[in-house]
Amino acid sequence: MLILHCPYCDVMAEETDLAPGGEAHLRREATASDDAAFRDYLFQRRNPRGVHFERWRHAFGCGKWFHAARCTQTLEVFGTYSAQVSTPPDDILAKIRSRRPDWKGFE
Amino acid sequence: MSTRLANGGVRIDRSRPLDFTFNGRRLKGFEGDTLASALLANGQTLVGRSFKYHRPRGIVASGAEEPNALVRLGKGDRAEPNQRATTTELFAGLEAGSQNHWPSLEFDIGAINAKLSRFLPAGFYYKTFIHPRAAWKHLFEPVIRQSAGLGPAPTERDADRYEHFYAFVDVLVIGGGAAGLKSAEVAGRAGAKTLLIEQTAAFGGRTLVDPCEIDGKAGPEWVEDQLARLDGLDTVTCRTRMMGAGVYDHGYCLAYERISDHTPGDGRPRHRLWRIRAKRIITATGAIERPLPFSGNDVPGVMLASAVRDYVGLYGVSPGDRTVVVTNNDDAYRTAIALKEAGLDVPAILDARPMATNALADKARGLGIRVEVGRGVASVQGTKQVTGVSICAQAGEGAVLETIACDCVAMSGGWSPVVHLWSHCGGKLIWDPDHAHFAPDPDRPPLGADGSGFVIAAGSASGALHAGDAVESAVRAGRQAAEETGHEPGDEAAPEITVEDEQFMEAVWCMPQGADIKLRSKAFLDYQNDVKVSDVQLAAQEGFESVEHAKRYTTLGMATDQGKLSNINGLAVLAHARDASIPQVGTTTFRPPYTPISMGAIAGEARGALFKPVRKTPMDDWHADHGAHWEPVADWRRPYTYRQGGENIEQAVTREILNTRTNVGLLDASTLGKILVKGPDAGKFLDLIYTNMMSSLKMGRCRYGLMCTENGFLFDDGVVVRLGEDSFLCHTTSGGSDRVHAWMEEWLQTEWWDLKVYTANLTEQFAQVAVVGPKARAVLEALGGIDVSGDVLPFMAFAEGTLAGIKARVFRISFSGELSYEIAVPAAQGLAFWQACLDAGSAHDIQPYGTEALHVMRAEKGFIMIGDETDGTVIPQDLGLDWAISKKKDDFIGKRAQMRSFMRREDRKQLVGLATEDPRTVLPDGAHAVEPGTNAYGHARTIGHVTSTYFSPTLDRSIAMALIKGGADRMGETLSFQVDKDRTIRAKVVDPVFLDKDGERQNV
Repeated sequence: MLILHCPYCDVMAEETDLAPGGEAHLRREATASDDAAFRDYLFQRRNPRGVHFERWRHAFGCGKWFHAARCTQTLEVFGTYSAQVSTPPDDILAKIRSRRPDWKGFE
Repeated sequence: MSTRLANGGVRIDRSRPLDFTFNGRRLKGFEGDTLASALLANGQTLVGRSFKYHRPRGIVASGAEEPNALVRLGKGDRAEPNQRATTTELFAGLEAGSQNHWPSLEFDIGAINAKLSRFLPAGFYYKTFIHPRAAWKHLFEPVIRQSAGLGPAPTERDADRYEHFYAFVDVLVIGGGAAGLKSAEVAGRAGAKTLLIEQTAAFGGRTLVDPCEIDGKAGPEWVEDQLARLDGLDTVTCRTRMMGAGVYDHGYCLAYERISDHTPGDGRPRHRLWRIRAKRIITATGAIERPLPFSGNDVPGVMLASAVRDYVGLYGVSPGDRTVVVTNNDDAYRTAIALKEAGLDVPAILDARPMATNALADKARGLGIRVEVGRGVASVQGTKQVTGVSICAQAGEGAVLETIACDCVAMSGGWSPVVHLWSHCGGKLIWDPDHAHFAPDPDRPPLGADGSGFVIAAGSASGALHAGDAVESAVRAGRQAAEETGHEPGDEAAPEITVEDEQFMEAVWCMPQGADIKLRSKAFLDYQNDVKVSDVQLAAQEGFESVEHAKRYTTLGMATDQGKLSNINGLAVLAHARDASIPQVGTTTFRPPYTPISMGAIAGEARGALFKPVRKTPMDDWHADHGAHWEPVADWRRPYTYRQGGENIEQAVTREILNTRTNVGLLDASTLGKILVKGPDAGKFLDLIYTNMMSSLKMGRCRYGLMCTENGFLFDDGVVVRLGEDSFLCHTTSGGSDRVHAWMEEWLQTEWWDLKVYTANLTEQFAQVAVVGPKARAVLEALGGIDVSGDVLPFMAFAEGTLAGIKARVFRISFSGELSYEIAVPAAQGLAFWQACLDAGSAHDIQPYGTEALHVMRAEKGFIMIGDETDGTVIPQDLGLDWAISKKKDDFIGKRAQMRSFMRREDRKQLVGLATEDPRTVLPDGAHAVEPGTNAYGHARTIGHVTSTYFSPTLDRSIAMALIKGGADRMGETLSFQVDKDRTIRAKVVDPVFLDKDGERQNV
């Protein structure tokens, strides 16, 4: 039962109010992509033990999608941010580095 | 024999006697009693039979850890099996009965199992009942089920109601003993919003009965003062009869409140499940005393030393006239002293330690109690009641030195902190060799959202068994919780505790140390599941060395008490058998709930009509009044058909179809999804969402569209209407409206956020009525207000205006192949418009029709239904819907996937029509088409299955659709459908459009 901050409503939202949306920052492979790239886009997902970026929707709140950076091992949440970015914002990355000095960084 | 004492009992009110029954016998207790204390007060020491061997069992404990005293409570719609007598509050008229015996508690045939116990060792199910295989089902299992088990489940519907409750607090304190009371005060005084919960009916915990002074006051007096102090704090809420059931991620906690278990039928909910979000949780859950593993430690009358003290101190009940105390620590001396002070006989204290030089021992000796050191119990005499104990040297093999007559044995193997709630969410434990227990490791707590620990253990639950250390840890915990939730605690000191110093206990995992197999085979670890020292040793010997394996093989700790008494002793025996240390062996996983909670509490109000609320259209009442036979469609209920007179369902459906095809039918289509997509980029967006080109749709026109997933699979369909330049109305399937709306929002928000588009789900804002059939136009003309002539409103056109005086949108679309109009009106006027259509249509023999007629008519036309012809693996091309897939567009969701090689294979399953050789035979839904021969696994070779199948009244023959491998090339072939072992139906592959392929009926 996670609790995540909705950046749109500015409330701490209960997991029951949220819907998970899997890995964040996937790049959509459209018509021109080759088979391998399209396969990876459809089916290949990261499942790290540690820092992870995820999509969540405040389904029973404002209905907005947002992103969360959290640790899959300890469930520590480094922050949530707009879904309308292609890479995590700098302040989130800085927070992760301060909490996880060994982290390899966002790929 | 156990009995009520003349004096004492801080929990009971002797001025309020209560009558209750046990196994039909009328007995008396007092208000404040538990069922267990009242049974003991009446001399009822035998309360049940054990699970496997049917051994006579009595009350062992005084709280939630009780493994034996499970009873059946109430009857009829309030019957509840497997309730712990020790946590059941007595009330007038309580009816209880014992379980797991036949024919009676005193004489039980199943007790023969005990004589056979040599043949029922750990894992005997796995070993013994393997061959012959059929015998398991017909012989072994029924016999074992009959003789093993707890109480039978109630058969009647639960008469009580249950509810959920939500709470958000800074600090949740679980456990209302001295530590919890003190922590809550410190946190609350600092300004933290604090909730304190206690699982029993009274605060105080062991403070009520253990002899110690707090701030110069006796325990019960201090508790009262402390409650008054908490009452004065606005920040603190205290609740009794409420158990912390489980601790979950990020400070979420479930608590279980037993509101009216002790006042059944008073109108209040029975249980309440609290869903609490706390910033910090203090677990002040106390500690549980461990039994000692000696032969016969399960004979009724053998009890935990602390429980014996509780019954005397809390309830004024003597568990026996002569009690032998057997211990490996100082605390049990308090029991001996309490018994002596209550005027009862304590023939001896058997202390397994080589010496007892502590203050409590001196006090006991001073009271004239015989203290024997280095001694243990060799065996217990008696079967249904203790009659004596044989004592031996703890260091020996059990040679009997002396037998002492007694009717009660008070045992203490040391104390284990209740670490369950600490452990539920990942809190780690450390082994404390001095006290021989696992305690929370404060450096490795469960972590919250911010990465810091959110659970703090306090009092004896933290491992601080000495009362002074316990309250000090409680003050620290309260202070820490307050600080970490942004409050400033004061600097008050911990209360002064006056209590005897104690010498260290000495771990005893087997009594006597060198007990032979005969003794070990009667030394019980897990009372409820009948697991003995010898079973755990056997498991280790047979290779079940992992604690999790040994647990499952022996069933140690798997009963309803979840091993609260047995776990540590069992681990120690396993460790010893493996020659490993206890921390090396580790613990099994602690899982919620702490003690069993009712299914009713979990369900809460979600039962009956509230289990899954039904969505109803504005015309629902009318349908109900006119013979509707309902069908659930997603969350909606829709009329399947409307029965008239003595019609059966099939006759009603046939009538509705024929009337619609001949005259005119009326369908409530309000459940269809209606999503408004609006904005300068709406067309561009819909081009990406649909396989068709939607941006080219002309104003005032409709187009049937398909939606695919990124995998290319078809997932929803419906008619799109262009309402204006930048405004589209997208119809979806009845079950798909929420899903499709969420789908659109997902793409708009997370992929194409540059598009200027808004969406709104208007499904419930409009009622929708389909007027269908050759006379449909005449009905609409009679309603008046909009020109619905074929020239002005041709097929797939849309008009807006007023029909029968009601604002309406008219879509000329058809799902039946008939001349058909679907009319949307504001939901509030849905019923009025429905009635207006019936009135205007009466001259044209209008009749409402239900979903089954709808289905048959669409199948006659070969129209697909999402969920029938699609199953998440079907692409539009499989269904012959290539015409609805734009070739001009660069991109739409699913386009890339449909280019993958597997999607382009010629032998994909494709949609075909089926005409059975016998036109009266209707294929079963889902029937598989088989080809001769078998596949690699020896199974029939299947090439596809039936997706829709009906008897068509219009064509007076059966019709079906199927997805068949390479179906497009099989036109004219006859396929075999194996519907039963020896029944095959043959059907010819035909065009799926059975009726009016040229659309002459709808284009009029």
